[in-house]
Amino acid sequence: MPANHFNNFTDYGIGIGLRAPHYSHILARKPVVDWFEIISENFMIGGGRPLHILDQILEQYRVVQHGVSMYFGSAERPNRDHLRSLKELVKRTKTPWLTDHLCWGSVDGRYTHDLLPMPYTFEAAKITAQKIREVRDFLEVPIAVENVSSYAEFHVSEMAEWEFLTEVVERADCGILLDVNNIYVSSQNHSFNPHTYLAEIPAERVAQIHIAGHSKYRKYILDTHDHPVIDPVWKLYADAIHRAGRTATLLEWDDSIPSFDEVHGEALKANKFLATESLAAAV
Amino acid sequence: MNLLSLQRRMARAVMTPLTPSEGMQRVAANGRPMRAVAAEFIKPNDRLTSFERLEIYNRQYWFRVLSSFAEDFPGLRAVLGGRRFDAVAQAYVKDCPSRSFTLRNLGSRLESWLRRHPAWAGSRQALAIDMVRLEWADIEAFDGKAEPALKPEDLAEADPSRLRLRLQPYMQLLHLRYPVDDLLLAVRSDDDTEFASNAFTERRKRKRVLAVARLKPSPIFLAVHRLDDSVYFRRLEPEEFLILSRLREGKKLNHAIESALRRSSIEPADRPAMVERWFHAWAALSWFCRTNNGPKES
Repeated sequence: MPANHFNNFTDYGIGIGLRAPHYSHILARKPVVDWFEIISENFMIGGGRPLHILDQILEQYRVVQHGVSMYFGSAERPNRDHLRSLKELVKRTKTPWLTDHLCWGSVDGRYTHDLLPMPYTFEAAKITAQKIREVRDFLEVPIAVENVSSYAEFHVSEMAEWEFLTEVVERADCGILLDVNNIYVSSQNHSFNPHTYLAEIPAERVAQIHIAGHSKYRKYILDTHDHPVIDPVWKLYADAIHRAGRTATLLEWDDSIPSFDEVHGEALKANKFLATESLAAAV
Repeated sequence: MNLLSLQRRMARAVMTPLTPSEGMQRVAANGRPMRAVAAEFIKPNDRLTSFERLEIYNRQYWFRVLSSFAEDFPGLRAVLGGRRFDAVAQAYVKDCPSRSFTLRNLGSRLESWLRRHPAWAGSRQALAIDMVRLEWADIEAFDGKAEPALKPEDLAEADPSRLRLRLQPYMQLLHLRYPVDDLLLAVRSDDDTEFASNAFTERRKRKRVLAVARLKPSPIFLAVHRLDDSVYFRRLEPEEFLILSRLREGKKLNHAIESALRRSSIEPADRPAMVERWFHAWAALSWFCRTNNGPKES
């Protein structure tokens, strides 16, 4: 199950996000890390230090691209300049698959730079799937879409979030980047059972998994990526691995970033669950 | 409500400036209560109203763009002072929301916006514009495109009367009325102090206010360039600036030099040595680049 059409038949293990505060540590100490995830937009530039660092990382590590601005769910057509720039980066990194979010964030050419929630309608699913197909055809690399954390729901929605995700990925015939922390955050904000979510999605399409920490407020939870992963999220992760099999897993830590060793150590906790699943599969 | 109209409606609400207490406006731009606007498309839940759910996104948007803006323009903050800078940031982002997939480009229209709205910077308009030009040049120089540098052998058979040299795309040339390079370097050096006491922060603020107040107009010519992945500000002689500017415009080498020196106060006898020294320094800094076919002749 882990090596599938949606992650280009690769068998990646546990990775972490490549973040600027860790550059010097990584380049000087060359720690053993299975793979790094980069934010594509940070490297869609003409030149300079970011690309120089990336090239050094690429000499020694496997890299997967993760985007934050494709906005598959925006009603507008994809921006061709953006796609061309992204394709240049794809050629540079040789990313085996590429991920971005199942959300929208721009309209009429104006960008919010946020991951705004989708209305779960058949119209939105159709538009989103069409856009994913168009982007994949242009970039010529498998695409997986990530479920986002959300803080609002729309009156016009016609289905549950997991039904919408399924509708989109099956129409687009693409993979899923399953963010179990986002499922947890949204389940708390919208009062649904996160295990139902996991049970209902097409597990065979899961190309990659995200884990992360979040911040709890009095009336809602925010997806802040600034804490360790909490136990209920690890439980969801175990459930996800049980359903999808051993899958490339990535810890996101984007704010109040601690030392490299702390971030990597937190990510490697996933090994416990992967090992258990391997044992279960062998039996 | 179809997808496009829902997204337009939500984006309009999310991009509406916050109240002074950082909450969502109670009244929408069209005069309708925001509670009613939010309730039309967002479901409430057992803990949050439609208004409160929409407000989470409204706050996130402004916190994100304003923090990015502040990170890019610490020099402008020093020139305007914190309170006015915050007001300028909000007014600018409201008028010129991001039109790029990356927040790196958020400030790309700030110079022209400040020129169109002189009241925001008041008596410091010229200084503010100079600082914005420098800070934007710094962003462009940091991650702008670099071409392979021109090597001496590329010029071996070139005819100087037909030669056109190209400058590196990341290089920025600025003619400024104020010596804002020194001020920006001082601001950054202060900001690098990670652990500052309240007394230190207050002293730093006073120091900045004084530094800005003392800054008098004194034109400078500047190359904002990149070396070993770091951005540097290099002051230029007026003639250097003119030669480089002419080359950037695509003028032939000999025309660029002639036109730059036409009104120069440099003694004619000293000019050849000086020009040679300049070109030597520029080449050492890799400011010239190869085109696909080497330097152009025409």
